[in-house]
Amino acid sequence: MNNQVVKNTVLFITLVLIQVLILNNINLFGYLNPYVYIVFVIFYPLRKDKGSFLFLSFLLGLAIDFFSNSGGINAAATLLIAYIRLPLLSKILNKTDFEYQSFSIRSLSFGKSFSFILLLTFIHHFILFGLEYFSLDSFGTILSKSLLNTLFTTITIFIVIVLFTKKK
Amino acid sequence: MQQIIRFIEKYRYFLLFLMLEFVALFFTIQSHSYHKSRFINSANSITGGFYKRVNNINEFFHLKSENIRLSEENTRLKNDLLKENHTKDTTNQFQRYQYISAKVYNNNYTRRNNYLTINKGLNDGIDTEMAVVNSKGIIGTTNSVSGNYATVISILNNYSLINAQIKNNHHFGTLSWDGMDYKTVQLNDIPRQAVFKIGDTIVTGGKSTIFPAGILIGTIKDFEQNKLINISLFNDMSAIGNIQVITNLHKEEIQQLEATNNE
Repeated sequence: MNNQVVKNTVLFITLVLIQVLILNNINLFGYLNPYVYIVFVIFYPLRKDKGSFLFLSFLLGLAIDFFSNSGGINAAATLLIAYIRLPLLSKILNKTDFEYQSFSIRSLSFGKSFSFILLLTFIHHFILFGLEYFSLDSFGTILSKSLLNTLFTTITIFIVIVLFTKKK
Repeated sequence: MQQIIRFIEKYRYFLLFLMLEFVALFFTIQSHSYHKSRFINSANSITGGFYKRVNNINEFFHLKSENIRLSEENTRLKNDLLKENHTKDTTNQFQRYQYISAKVYNNNYTRRNNYLTINKGLNDGIDTEMAVVNSKGIIGTTNSVSGNYATVISILNNYSLINAQIKNNHHFGTLSWDGMDYKTVQLNDIPRQAVFKIGDTIVTGGKSTIFPAGILIGTIKDFEQNKLINISLFNDMSAIGNIQVITNLHKEEIQQLEATNNE
């Protein structure tokens, strides 16, 4: 349990720093950045008690917002995907009872984990850019930016998962 | 009572979610509506400290281009000095603007609303709503200020509205950005009768208390008749190192005078 807390704290701080100091400055093709910090939401262990998870996700987003002067857009988007993580997972896997302790994203088949991460990323990005532009006139821009960034983020997240988690 | 407690117990995660989401949306709306005293900004010692550390490494890679820019500026200033080789009567001239040099620690240019973080703050005489420029031209206006750091609203921001004019005919307009390309900004509200062509220089108008008149912005790239004018910036907003913040020493006097006029 204690080990788990240390692990999550380290993950939290590392993700914030990597995101704001490196990934926010990639600007591929002039405007694409991977928002890899949301792997926190994917990696955080499944529990019955969701309170601390929701609160940490909110804090993670807020930390990113502090660095990038963006109001509360990252906090709002990250909190939302943290809240819908479990319902989305049970929709995709078609079951409601999980082995909470031993669940890992690597135990899923590629197709299922891919659609899970893709959906989660897209929802996050859509909320993020929607709140950033904050006008219906730019709906096209919001959608295209969300889609392109989702692609970039999802690929990067998969690389992270392959490199940093053990296969079951 | 029992019912209420059971209700809260049952939906406690949903209520927590709603509460936090409400806080996040509050910060978002605050940043979109009134952005002078925002709570979430990178002008604090933690975020500023991290940016400072990374910048120490980063600026090393831009030394060469930064040196070239400085030497070009020096040459231009020396040439300007030589043009006026007659003695000047300075007894009845008063200094109106003061420049403070600063360094950019963090720079965004790909979002809709871009901000910069700089390494000077209240302790160095920097306040909100001051002009930020470098030798190539305009960069933005200061926004949130802490003791040692400040954030700058870049001209690449939805909420940056700056008074600008066409250099050779003194017609005024407002500078804004449509969020598309970081090399191009837009000039609105130029009067119908204004005559201009592609390649004309755009400078700041000096009608606000923030910017002095005549600071370079860019050249006209293309325009639709009686509509938006696209301007390609002189500054490369993706590579900004050393900057200057401009203090208007007469700001209070002007504002007091305008306040009495409005009464």
